[in-house]
Amino acid sequence: MARDSLAGARPAWARRLRNLHRVTYVDVVLLLLRVGVIVVVVSGTVGTLLKGTYTSAQWFDLFMFGLTIGGVYGLIALGYTMVYGILRLINFAHGDITMTGAFAAFFLARSFERSGFLDAHPFLAMGCILLLAMAVCTATALTVERICYRPFRHVATLAPLICAIGASFVLQHTFRGMFGSSVRSYPDPAWMDGRIDLVGFSVPVVQPIVIGTALVAMLVLYLIVQKTKMGTAMRALSEDRDAAALMGIDANKVILFTFVLGACMAGIGGVLYCFVYKQIYFFTGFLPGIKAFSAAVLGGIGSIPGAMIGGVVLGVVESTGPALFFDGIGIPAAYQMRDLIAFTVLLMVLIFRPSGLFGEALARKRA
Amino acid sequence: MAFEIVAASRAEQAKTTPWRHVIRTGLALGAANLFMAAVGILIMFQNRPIIVDTLSLGYATLGITLFAAGLLVARRGLFGHRDPTIVAGVVAGALAALLPALLAVLMSLLDLRSVFVALNPPLFMMLTFGQQPALLGVACLVLLGAALGGVGALFPFLDDRVRRPLAGGLVAVGLAGMLQELIRPILANSGVTKPVHDLLYSWNGLTLRGAAIIFVVVGLALLLWGLNRRRIETAFGGLEPGARRRLRLGCWGAVALLLALFPMFAGNFIGQVLLVVGLFTLMGMGLNLEVGMAGLLDLGFVAFYAVGAYTTALLMADSPFALARLSFWAAMPIAVLVSLLVGVIFGIPVLKIRGDYLAVATLALGEIVRVIVLSDAAAPLLAGASGILQIPRPAIGGFVLATPVSLFYLTLAACLLAAYVAWRLGESRLGRAWMAIRDDEDVAEALGINLIQVKLLAYGLGAAFAGLAGSIFAVMLGSIYPHSFQLIISINILALIIVGGLGSLPGVAVGAVVLIGLPEMLREFGEFRYLFYGLAIIAVMRLKPEGLWPSKARLRELETEREAVTVPQAQLADKRS
Repeated sequence: MARDSLAGARPAWARRLRNLHRVTYVDVVLLLLRVGVIVVVVSGTVGTLLKGTYTSAQWFDLFMFGLTIGGVYGLIALGYTMVYGILRLINFAHGDITMTGAFAAFFLARSFERSGFLDAHPFLAMGCILLLAMAVCTATALTVERICYRPFRHVATLAPLICAIGASFVLQHTFRGMFGSSVRSYPDPAWMDGRIDLVGFSVPVVQPIVIGTALVAMLVLYLIVQKTKMGTAMRALSEDRDAAALMGIDANKVILFTFVLGACMAGIGGVLYCFVYKQIYFFTGFLPGIKAFSAAVLGGIGSIPGAMIGGVVLGVVESTGPALFFDGIGIPAAYQMRDLIAFTVLLMVLIFRPSGLFGEALARKRA
Repeated sequence: MAFEIVAASRAEQAKTTPWRHVIRTGLALGAANLFMAAVGILIMFQNRPIIVDTLSLGYATLGITLFAAGLLVARRGLFGHRDPTIVAGVVAGALAALLPALLAVLMSLLDLRSVFVALNPPLFMMLTFGQQPALLGVACLVLLGAALGGVGALFPFLDDRVRRPLAGGLVAVGLAGMLQELIRPILANSGVTKPVHDLLYSWNGLTLRGAAIIFVVVGLALLLWGLNRRRIETAFGGLEPGARRRLRLGCWGAVALLLALFPMFAGNFIGQVLLVVGLFTLMGMGLNLEVGMAGLLDLGFVAFYAVGAYTTALLMADSPFALARLSFWAAMPIAVLVSLLVGVIFGIPVLKIRGDYLAVATLALGEIVRVIVLSDAAAPLLAGASGILQIPRPAIGGFVLATPVSLFYLTLAACLLAAYVAWRLGESRLGRAWMAIRDDEDVAEALGINLIQVKLLAYGLGAAFAGLAGSIFAVMLGSIYPHSFQLIISINILALIIVGGLGSLPGVAVGAVVLIGLPEMLREFGEFRYLFYGLAIIAVMRLKPEGLWPSKARLRELETEREAVTVPQAQLADKRS
């Protein structure tokens, strides 16, 4: 502490200059990496904007799509961030837990669509679908917790992560075995199909629906975490587990509650994701899972508002990025690079700012 | 905290009454049966005979779970005497059969197939034994469960001399039936063993006669061994130490020689399987340096495999993308060097990332490589999704290594070389430094270990092994595509070193045989191999964290961990008294 404040007295650049002889090849490579990414982003952006290939309506479309998918990422990211906050554990199977809920909801939605219920009572039907997804996700998450995480709760090794990787495989291939490996198209009710006018631009109806649902879900979660007794216990536990236990908080109950909350958000997120992309198969959970994890890291893992904002930021960057960064430097078929952006963001944040945008000190403990 | 857990689990144990345990065991195995039925494993196994027209793998699996219900109940020893234990086993077995029986009833009432694709009529036929009033079949199933559960509960009460031959004979029959694709070509190939083949096997598998013969022969052998074991052991112990060591060495040498010559007689199918096992062993040894020795969990490992394969392809292929037309023997060392270099370059950005985060960061790195290779942007250099074709086979003088068997020997040589390198590395100063940073990075740094250098060496050397495997992979297939280098390969390799035992060299080979070789051999597994991988990872982490063939150092560590847990309890007991 004392050293930090002493060093702080001198300006940062002077400190760097004094320590120039300590620069290693590692620092050079990291600097090159940083500069490289910045050069691609800046030159790409400038190039694209100068060329003017895209109209403002197209940019708005991309932006809205980013907000939509970002809301979904945010919902799923909440599960990662809350579990990490309490257990210091990456729930690697979370993406596949999301998939299980969305898959169960698919069958309900399909039968609703066939019986006409989905078109006749949109709110009621969507409520049932989301509830089912939440219930299935919760059941899966609690099973995974019981089998893969609880035995290792007091062991500080790679064991829980490795188990989680195993669980992710088991979930994927169980669903593949039960429901087949074909890609199925998600129901597409008429009221979700059209476009509406929004501040002068026309957007697909599904986007405001998804954004609105995600916002409501996040708001409810925020209230639960901030206002209820259980939420307070959760926050206490993530601050200091031993002290919380001394205050009479039942750690086991709170951990289970955290998994339930995360799974409910994942259930909603998964269904919304499938309504956006209109398809589902056993591997559907992997990409949103890893991207939501990137969002959680971007927002600062352990921070709940961080996960929400990280999700939205990642969604927007990922959606506008290929057009904005890669078109400008003349990369053909820039849309292929979409997944690259999420992975690069994840890597960059982990390397250069492991505490993320709103990170707390806890990220430094392990990263 | 640890004490609380111990206390809680004890309280839970005290709460469990014997009958509750019986019911729980029965229902758990019943749930396992339901799971296998719903996922489609049972019906897939049903199509594979163990004994022709008598026993299918599906029924055998079902039977094993029912038997296991009784066995598990008896092993707990909650009932003490034989007769009440058998009653408990009957109940557990019946319960384990009841759940699939109820599934069959449900299937006859509802159409579940529109949702669950595996719950099809053949499964219904299987669960009801094809009986016409289905309820009769369902009753048969429950009765069978009760009977097998009872037998399972009786099993531990049998005399050791009877039990061993019985179990051994049954296992031998099972292996002879399941591995018939492996055994039959070997037996049928030479004139000497052809009569044996005709005695045991018909054109479509093991016959009932063959099964009986194998059961009797293996059972008798084990019985004789059990009766004379004491005498043989004393005779062996009576030898002077030098002779004893020579005898042991000779036995191992003979086994190794047999194993090495085996593919020559086994034909190309087995050669191909062993070749793939060898490639994965090679990569496993590389990842073992990173994960097992240095504790760096790398999920982007497949990228190095891809680098090795692509470098070899670019240097050798007869295609417009090729940079040169080198021979394999010139291209392979270059590929290994390039992989090593790429490993170091990969390592630099993630140097400061630790633990769980490192796994995700390396996963991202690997995926970035795959996206770039697949993209149109890199297509002019790397051919994109259409891949690089026309890679020639390696040749020694005029002899072209074209068959899987000859390529297997190439892989075997590479494996032996790599194993030697890995073994020497593990014993070296560098190996100790890796273990030090695995156990505690901060302490290792404080002790003067250069973290940067040591970690980069782990990445680089691990990558070199993968590069070698990738190089052989490229000439094996003769063409490479980005789709061959999915994340799933990284996870495969991770799974096999975990199952074999983290940090253990023989463990890597064992893991590769179990996780790669067996599923390749049993084609039906193909669809479900990843499900088995996942289950195997979880089961090993939960039940046998040291792996199937653990390294000595790891065993020692687990031992000290256990002591560390037990010592405070002993102290507690002292204080109380």
